Parts: sequence; C-alpha cells; structure tokens
Amino acid sequence: MADEQVAIEMIGIEKSFGRQQVLKGVDLKVLAGKTTVIVGASGEGKTVILKHMLGLIKPDRGQVLVFGRDLARVGRKELNRIRQSFGVLFQNAALFDSMTVYDNIALPLRERTDAGDEEIRRNVREKLALMDLEGAEDKYPAQLSGGMRKRVGLARALILGPNIVFFDEPTTGLDVNKSNEIYRLFYKTQQQLRYTAVIVSHDVPKIFKLADYVAMLEGGIIQECLSPEAFQLSTNPVIRTYVEETMGPIYSSEEEERGFYEKV
Amino acid sequence: MLKIFERLGEEALYFLEQAGRMGTFLAACLWNVIRPPYKIYPVVRQIHFIGARSVFVILFTGAFTGMVLGLQGYYTLRKFGSEGLLGSAVALSLVRELGPVVAALMVIGRAGSAICAEIGIMRNSEQIDALECMAIDPYKFLMAPKFVAGIISVPLLTCIFDMLGIFGGYLVGVKLLGVNEGAYFQSMYHSVEWKDVEMGMVKSLVFGLLIIWIATAKGYYLHMERSGGFGAEGVSRTTTDAVVLSSVAVLVWDYLISALMI
Repeated sequence: MADEQVAIEMIGIEKSFGRQQVLKGVDLKVLAGKTTVIVGASGEGKTVILKHMLGLIKPDRGQVLVFGRDLARVGRKELNRIRQSFGVLFQNAALFDSMTVYDNIALPLRERTDAGDEEIRRNVREKLALMDLEGAEDKYPAQLSGGMRKRVGLARALILGPNIVFFDEPTTGLDVNKSNEIYRLFYKTQQQLRYTAVIVSHDVPKIFKLADYVAMLEGGIIQECLSPEAFQLSTNPVIRTYVEETMGPIYSSEEEERGFYEKV
Repeated sequence: MLKIFERLGEEALYFLEQAGRMGTFLAACLWNVIRPPYKIYPVVRQIHFIGARSVFVILFTGAFTGMVLGLQGYYTLRKFGSEGLLGSAVALSLVRELGPVVAALMVIGRAGSAICAEIGIMRNSEQIDALECMAIDPYKFLMAPKFVAGIISVPLLTCIFDMLGIFGGYLVGVKLLGVNEGAYFQSMYHSVEWKDVEMGMVKSLVFGLLIIWIATAKGYYLHMERSGGFGAEGVSRTTTDAVVLSSVAVLVWDYLISALMI
C-alpha cells in the first residue's frame, strides 16, 4: 500500500452525535484508482464515514485528507473545488424529483461547465445509452423503478468524469437481477473511466468480487483494511465472526461445519 | 431545583444556536444574491410561483378587505357626519397597513409553506447533499432566486391588493351605500401622501425578505430541529412552524416600521 498514491486518508477520526459516539478513532486509506469497500453491521457508522469523506460532516477530532487537503480546514470555495472531482451515488439516488431524467443528468454540466445545449445533449444521451436508459429521458423520478433511479443516479454521478466515485449502499432495496445490473455497470464504467471508488455495502460476499480492498467498521474503528482474500482469511476475531456470519465457514472440515450448524 | 436551571440554560443555548444559524443563513443567501453569475430564468420561475400564482388569492382577499373596510368605515364615519371621508379612510388603511400585512399573510400561507416543504423534502431525501457533492452551491442554486423573487413579488402583490381594496371600498361605499363618488376619490387624493405609499412599500419589501428567509431556513435546517425533522411528520411540523414564525415576524416588523416611519 505504501508506494501507491493515496486519494483519501482518514486519520484518527472521532465523531459523536449528542451523547452517542459513533466513530472512535477511524484510520483508513483509500488508494487512487482502486475500489475500497467499507462493510460492517447496520448502524455502525459506514455512511457517517462516507459523509466525512464528502465534507458533509466535520469530525470532532482527526483529519480527512483528500489528495493531501484537510476537508475540515479548507474554506467553502476550496471544498467546492475538491468536490469537482467527486461523483456520488446516494442510497436512494437523491434525484431531483421536480426535474426529468434528462435534466437530472444534465444538471452538473449546465451548472459547472460552459457546455452548449448540443454538447450537453450528446453527453447525456451517451450516459443514458451506457445505463440502458434510452427512451427514459422525459420521465420523472417518481415514474421510475428503483433500479432505474439508481442508474440515473449513477449516470449523473459519472457525467463529469470524476476522479473519485462514492457509492452509498448501491444495491439496497434492489432484487438480485437489478443488483447484478448495478454491479455490471459499475465494472463497465470503472474499466472505461478508471476512477477511484469507495463503496459502502451490505452485499457480502458479492461485493468482494469488485473490491481491491475491504475495510471493516466495528466498534467505531476500522478493524482492518485488506484485500478480499486476506479479509476472508483474517485471524482478527471480529472479522472472522463477520465472515462466518455473512459467508459461512471458509475452508472448514466436516467437523467444523457440524459445529457451526449446531451453534446456529 | 437544579433541573429547572439546567432546562432554562438548555433553552437559552438552543435559542442562541437557532438565532445564529438563521443569521448566518441569511448572510450566505444575500451574498449569493449579489455575487455573479446571474441567471434570469430561475428568478422568473420563482416570480411565477410566488407572485403570479398568488394573484388570484390576492385579488379575492384585496377586494373583500376593501369591501369590509367600506362597510365598517361608512357606519363609523356616519356617526360623525363624515361619510365623505370614506375614500380617505379606506385608502390610508390599505396603503399603510392592511395592504402590506394581509398580502404578506396570504403569501405566507400559499408560497411560504410550499417553499418550506419543498426545501425540507429536498433535505430529507438528500437532494441538498447531492447538490453540495456536485459542487453546486445550494445557496446560489436554490435560495438566491427565491429571495430575489420574494423581494420583487410581494411589493407588486401589495400594490394589486391595495388597488382591489380601493375598488372594493368604492363598490360598497359608493354604489351600495350612496357615498358621493367625487367625495370618495377627492378625499383619497387629498389625504394619501407619498410617505404613506413609501411606508407600505418598505413594509412589503421587508415582509418579502422575512417570508422567504424564514421559509427557506426552516426547510434547510429541518434535520437539525430539536423535535426531530424526520419523515413526513417532520416536514409538516417544520412547515407549520415556518408559517407561524413568519406571521409573527410580519406583525412585529409591521409595528417596528410603522413606529420608525410614521
């Protein structure tokens, strides 16, 4: 990990909401060009970590460095400049419900570039084709299925060719087919655009196939950040328990399996 | 016993936190109104929403307010043998007070509540977060057009209200109750001065700013409401608070401006 460029680094992040301390010293590195998946039980604070990386929340203690700049200490103008290299797919897509699909995807181009109508139309149609959404441009978000909304959200996140793309539980609420669609699109777009990806997900073990690194959040800290193979073979008891609960025993003998099912 | 002081302290701190938040919000919005780039179309859309779509309710309430003023004014002035001053009474009441205040209250009910709900729902569904993450300033994109539109629309709606009110007073006073038409308009002409119109316009400008400020700020900070700004109930509660707060603010500032300019 040491020789590769670090896109995002969280150092000693602590965060409380009222009396509840959610993050108790999170240290995490996200390498440029790689996919880092953050896993953990519901309510542990995975989305809170994501929001720190986006600069939506400021930590009580610690630093969030994005390409070396501390998000908690930069002004609004600099923060906006850093965010220009971000793309975000929110858990519920966060589409603007009074705008059509076309206008949703075109919005970043209209607001942040000087592109003319023709160029915008070309870019948006390209992204619609990539997401298999041709013909849906005049629809409103309320007229779309959950899977279609996520695809529109992904198209909007990628329209400006971001360096870092954040995915907050991209397949939550989708059935197996729609989830696979999202993963297929993620794989296809990352091959094309080569962006750094940070994914918060519950969809274990499927998400491991896309990950370069898996970071486990438990007890307010990152237990480990390892490759998917090393994660599954980790001797950390917290990670071991998580892997067994979500994936079943790994490399177990008949004796171990009998013991496992007796416990369950 | 200590709990009472603790509670009082909590309330005081919460009030200061809210006041500070509202103040910095207003400063950020006004800054984004004056800094370029300027986009006309979003402002025009908001003028249509806040102004044009409120015209019907303003026409209606303006006319009936004028009619009731004409009715009540006639029977009061008759006691002193001064029915001829009806035009003056109706016009001064409308131009100085009722026009700006009632028009503002109608805009609060129609547009203020809708704006608060819209921004609150955007906050709840992470649309505002999405704007920020796209490096699109929500103060510039969402709030500034509404502020400009409010400052333009509310004075115009007040003028429409005043005109309909004067016409309503004419219908009742002159046509129904027999006040001399010439006396109605002459008394108005002699008693309404530029400083009365100025007072009314200053009030309507300030009310326009207050309505949009409170509606947008309450929606924007929905997630920081102490009672929990979650879901449909949170939006409903915050919208109600915004309407009540705006109405009270309009009445308080009505008195303050009247005291300063009278």
